Amino acid sequence: MKINGTEFDEKESASPDLLSPMERRAFLKLGLAVTGVFAGGAILSLTSAVQNAFASGGHAKKYPYKPHYSMLVYQNRCIDCELCLEACVKTNHVPKYGYRTAILEREAPKSTGTKREFIPVLCNHCNRPPCVRGCPTKATWKDEKTGIVMMTYHKCIGCKTCIAACPYNARYYNDERTSVDKCDFCFDTRLSKGFKTTACAEACPANARVFGDLSNPSSEVYRMVHQIEKTVWVIRPESGAVPNVFYTRG
Amino acid sequence: MADNLTKATNATTDIRLLWAWQTVVNRLSGVGKGYYAWLAISSALLVAGVAAGIHAFVVGYSHLYNCTREVPWGILISTYVFFVVTSTGLCLVSSIGHVFGSKDFMPIAKRSVYLSILTIVAGFLVIGLEIESPHRMALYNVISPNLTSNIWWMGTLYGAYLMFMAVEFACLQFDRHKLAMYAGFLGVVSGVAAHSNLGAVFGMLTARPLWYGPYMPIYFIASAMMSGCAAIILFTWLASKVNREPIRGEMAKAIDLTRQLGILMICVIMFFQTWKIIAGLVGGELERETFLTLLTGQYAFNFWTLEVLAGMVIPLALYILSRGTNMKMLFWGSLSMIFGIFFMRYDLVVVGQIVPAQFEMGVNEYASLLPYTPSPHEILVVLAGFGLVGAFFLLGEKIFAAHRVEAHDEETHAKKLTVLETAEKTE
Repeated sequence: MKINGTEFDEKESASPDLLSPMERRAFLKLGLAVTGVFAGGAILSLTSAVQNAFASGGHAKKYPYKPHYSMLVYQNRCIDCELCLEACVKTNHVPKYGYRTAILEREAPKSTGTKREFIPVLCNHCNRPPCVRGCPTKATWKDEKTGIVMMTYHKCIGCKTCIAACPYNARYYNDERTSVDKCDFCFDTRLSKGFKTTACAEACPANARVFGDLSNPSSEVYRMVHQIEKTVWVIRPESGAVPNVFYTRG
Repeated sequence: MADNLTKATNATTDIRLLWAWQTVVNRLSGVGKGYYAWLAISSALLVAGVAAGIHAFVVGYSHLYNCTREVPWGILISTYVFFVVTSTGLCLVSSIGHVFGSKDFMPIAKRSVYLSILTIVAGFLVIGLEIESPHRMALYNVISPNLTSNIWWMGTLYGAYLMFMAVEFACLQFDRHKLAMYAGFLGVVSGVAAHSNLGAVFGMLTARPLWYGPYMPIYFIASAMMSGCAAIILFTWLASKVNREPIRGEMAKAIDLTRQLGILMICVIMFFQTWKIIAGLVGGELERETFLTLLTGQYAFNFWTLEVLAGMVIPLALYILSRGTNMKMLFWGSLSMIFGIFFMRYDLVVVGQIVPAQFEMGVNEYASLLPYTPSPHEILVVLAGFGLVGAFFLLGEKIFAAHRVEAHDEETHAKKLTVLETAEKTE
């Protein structure tokens, strides 16, 4: 379509002044969420408001696993009581020198509000797990049914490529098992025996860790990831691993 | 009739073995005291290192090696990289002559192929004493292979590489030059594939921005050529001392060409490194922090003095100043380069991990550099690798008669005839 000068002048302006306040607010919210301002700038943010930016399933358009196990962490609820860590150690026989899950601490002395926050971390059971790609003997593998990243201990040669490959420092070498060990969402010790949640999520008194099925609309994880009011993010999205542990505040 | 034939065949085999044994004994006896002293030192290093490695394996590597969850790869991985890079380099540089037909490179072929076998075996020895369960590797690499894993491809291709190089060496010994050429070609192909996969072991770790990208496989191949040139010159000079034969004639010409290739490869690596650093400094926080650690931080001495000065500047200067004729200068340049390259590998592996991969999260746990210093056991295993190369280099110089191309064959032939004639007369 050819537009001459006169016609162009008659066109309605696209100035932001003409946008309704709601439209502007939604736009700003999206921008802040995408740039990670809500997360303090240190953690890149993803939000369900952005099409195809789901940490999981964004490329497949649908969730590849059923149930698609995942975890939602309410970061501000964690007070570092470490009951989750104790429960994990006890349930999964984790030795003193290792851990499957940890709580990291971030200080923000110049913050006008809370000066410190705690970040529970664990295996992110990534959809594109770099550990699984790197393992020479398929000792670590992605369960096709649940999406859990599993270990077959007797196949591990101890080359530690998976440890180096993990963006989340979620793996350690277990001398007793003569293998790398990691979180399996308590599959061996709980889920396979009929329990509905992980030991850490169950132990948390503040409900900071919510275990659930990302493909199930009635799951809290599903509801939180599929909304735009609150920012939901993942750690290190730039690694391309497509993780399944989500973070939010609230 | 058949019995007589079998007896005759056995007798011939016995005679040949006897001849081979006599030849080896003759060649190893009557050598200077210095030779035996170096052989003893190298062997002692090999034995002590292997003992230390086995001790650590039995007690548990976590107790005697200093690698941690955050720094899972230490000096043993970097030493493995060092040896296999050298091996690939020896294979590539020597192949210019006996595989791709540039006759001027021919005199260095036999020794280079032999050394490429030694250095890859040294690499396997070191990594064998680093991997927690190497016995499982032998089984599950075969029955449970992961074709997306660079480690799997690297291991498999290096296995093939070792086999081809061994066949090539055997063919060169028995003057089957055409067969040697084919084996050598397959060695080059599998070596390049294996070595670029080793680069990809690092280069495909998306969680580690310092390593991630196509740079590593490319850099590893270029770097191998540089190492190969240094190793050829160094060992040719050492061999001339061991055998008390000056480097001259065709060999001197081949060394000069290797020197010229070496100069080119040093410049290529300098160019690569410069852009890697400049690009890294404008990258993410993690990359920037890593390069600052190397340029101005804890590893600045390693970088400027060992990597840049010893590994590149001194060798480049000496290679140029030698004009290809001053062998002593070439030797010191090569020694300095190999010394520097060892630390290049160390820094690549270790500095790539000591800045925590989760640094950008801004949490207290990942706010500072992670500690790693090699333990005495780790250092001993490293020395075992050097001991193996040293001891078998010295033995090889005598057993394979200085890896000579022509003279060796005439001498062998003459001796073989003498022994056979003597045996016939006795019968």
